[in-house]
Amino acid sequence: MAAVFQAFGTAAVLLPANDSRVRLLGSFPGRKANVFEVRSEKKIVSDATRVSGRGQHLITNAVATKADAAAASTGSKSGHELLLFEALREGLEEEMERDPCVCVMGEDVGHYGGSYKVTKDLAKKFGDLRVLDTPIAENSFTGMGIGAAMTGLRPIVEGMNMGFLLLAFNQISNNCGMLHYTSGGQFKIPIVIRGPGGVGRQLGAEHSQRLESYFQSIPGIQMVACSTPYNAKGLMKAAIRSENPVILFEHVLLYNLKERIPDEEYICSLEEAEMVRPGEHVTILTYSRMRYHVMQAAKTLVNKGYDPEVIDIRSLKPFDLHTIGNSVKKTHRVLIVEECMRTGGIGASLTAAITENFHDYLDAPIVCLSSQDVPTPYAGTLEEWTVVQPAQIVTAVEQLCQ
Amino acid sequence: MALISRSTSTCAPLFRPLTLFSLRHVSTDTSPITVDTSVPFTSHNCDPPSRSVTTSTSELLSFFRDMSLMRRMEIAADSLYKSKLIRGFCHLYDGQEAVSVGMEAALTKSDCIITAYRDHCIFLGRGGSLLEVFSELMGRQAGCSKGKGGSMHFYRKQAGFYGGHGIVGAQVPLGCGLAFAQKYSKDEAVTFALYGDGAANQGQLFEALNIAALWDLPAILVCENNHYGMGTAEWRAAKSPAYYKRGDYVPGLKVDGMDALAVKQACKFAKEHALKNGPLILEMDTYRYHGHSMSDPGSTYRTRDEISGIRQERDPIERVRKLLLSLDVANEKELKDIEKEVRKEVDEAIAQAKGSPAPEPSELFTNIYVKSFGAEAYGADRKEVRVTLPGY
Repeated sequence: MAAVFQAFGTAAVLLPANDSRVRLLGSFPGRKANVFEVRSEKKIVSDATRVSGRGQHLITNAVATKADAAAASTGSKSGHELLLFEALREGLEEEMERDPCVCVMGEDVGHYGGSYKVTKDLAKKFGDLRVLDTPIAENSFTGMGIGAAMTGLRPIVEGMNMGFLLLAFNQISNNCGMLHYTSGGQFKIPIVIRGPGGVGRQLGAEHSQRLESYFQSIPGIQMVACSTPYNAKGLMKAAIRSENPVILFEHVLLYNLKERIPDEEYICSLEEAEMVRPGEHVTILTYSRMRYHVMQAAKTLVNKGYDPEVIDIRSLKPFDLHTIGNSVKKTHRVLIVEECMRTGGIGASLTAAITENFHDYLDAPIVCLSSQDVPTPYAGTLEEWTVVQPAQIVTAVEQLCQ
Repeated sequence: MALISRSTSTCAPLFRPLTLFSLRHVSTDTSPITVDTSVPFTSHNCDPPSRSVTTSTSELLSFFRDMSLMRRMEIAADSLYKSKLIRGFCHLYDGQEAVSVGMEAALTKSDCIITAYRDHCIFLGRGGSLLEVFSELMGRQAGCSKGKGGSMHFYRKQAGFYGGHGIVGAQVPLGCGLAFAQKYSKDEAVTFALYGDGAANQGQLFEALNIAALWDLPAILVCENNHYGMGTAEWRAAKSPAYYKRGDYVPGLKVDGMDALAVKQACKFAKEHALKNGPLILEMDTYRYHGHSMSDPGSTYRTRDEISGIRQERDPIERVRKLLLSLDVANEKELKDIEKEVRKEVDEAIAQAKGSPAPEPSELFTNIYVKSFGAEAYGADRKEVRVTLPGY
């Protein structure tokens, strides 16, 4: 697998430009006092955060197709167990009950119940005007969602696969992201665009797209990626309540993850990263499905004596440089593991951001493991080699920590 | 010459509805009169409305005044562009004023209008002020979008004007979305989504029309056919330039877009239709005197004779002027006075707009995100988490 390690030696090439933006950032006032209790270190937390350095309750199911009971449910016995797509549905249903302006539009979301069952039975409950089956016309129904959002409705546009949203790219980039700005603040676009992406099980090149990097330069939108049932529900609710357009990236292989989530209502912050496993030796930044590959690698690493700190960045735009920065200051080594393409991916952008802001704290160049810059092949063995595997993560950490 | 009848007249033909000696810049006589449109409507899959339009002298005078204002505004924008105070793209609407003015006469402010980049006059029709127009064109703070939008991004939320869009055709799905929201909230209002003959060949139009017809949305698609998509004549771009028929299962109406009364009648008809039966296509047969934009002289793909011919025969302001003169609502001098007044108004607005300052540097970073839930971010990097959530 030597071909995978292109990351070494090239990561440090991304040097910061002389950027006046940094000066403006420097004039940040102190943190506001009115921060609510959904920050991840408070009582409502994800399972893995309860993990301390001592009681190594790592997530055992690294590959999401096994629907095992989640490990590390050391918290409350209350709560209920469900699968990730059910968590998304629960979040969606709660928000639709709470606010009559929330509606869903997409292909097969209504009578069919959603191609991944995220909107199952919602059409029966809320009616055809709130859960809308659209024809196969992404450009126009995304545009319609944006137009409806301009008047104050809160539509959720589901792309059956993130790749199909490329057809709506003009609407998302020019109208969704920019209307708040070009209208001088007159219009808000509280839309949520969501759908599954990522490499699945031999779905072929056009259905295995990772589009996070395509959208990340659009000013005016926020991007989040969910990875567990807990944060899926929390991020879905937060995205719906946000006044900004939010793109919620889900992953095809994660829909059947099972976890116990709290009964009481909760929201996850849209701009925060999640501390999956605190550690001392190296910071591993990841999101979506790669979180599980990283955790599987972490098991091996711990057995070998390393103590990796794993952070699920969750917020792809804007990056939570606060959490990431604190981690970098502690460990001084960064490994980014992502499923995005190598060229111009989220990892590349994150590398640049970390180097610009925390260069002095780094003991080694940032290593970024991403998918190969190839169309995803159909053959299973080849497909496996396009994405980062746990063994590669282990080797990367070993090399980084030398 | 339009055929005229007065529903209240039983007297001699010298009946005058107003006194001559007072200054009648704005007639307040709203008693209905009926005027026929220049040509009858051509329809597709529906019964066309009648040729006889109910109007009033005050409405006709307001048409004249508003169209003169729009015309003057566009000519002034032309000279501002040439003196480099307006930069970038500037798409002028002179020649097409009747569409805006006739539409406004048929609608209320709870109805929505959305259009493409030739939006200065529609913005004015929706209640925008000259100061906002000129300031926005010159990129000043007093502009309707605080100087951050420019010529192609005029919006007026409180009056239901949704812009102002640069990408050809992208506003039509947005317009169907507005109609969807109106149906969702049971507003009993309609949306007029305007596009040009060039945009009529965009796929997203048909996608949106299909959805609008399927879901019975109160959307009216208005094709402002000025016969040229930038430099390409309509017969070179469209196999079938009968844009009002392109809806196939959706009814359509072809309207003389240079006749403000015909536009008014068609829009009224369309509004009633859309509220009951779903979408409709209106094709406004109109013409622009300027080129596509200020960078286009407008004479390489059409002859000067064609332009001056239309100006002589079909100019919307001239038509209303002749109507007013024949109805004896005003005489030549009074109409000229209105035009002078309008010119003065435009000049004053320009002077005021020139005095408005450019936006503050900090405005570069405002309005990227909404300052409520979540981020106050300047791009992808932030050093601190600042979260405020709505109470729950």
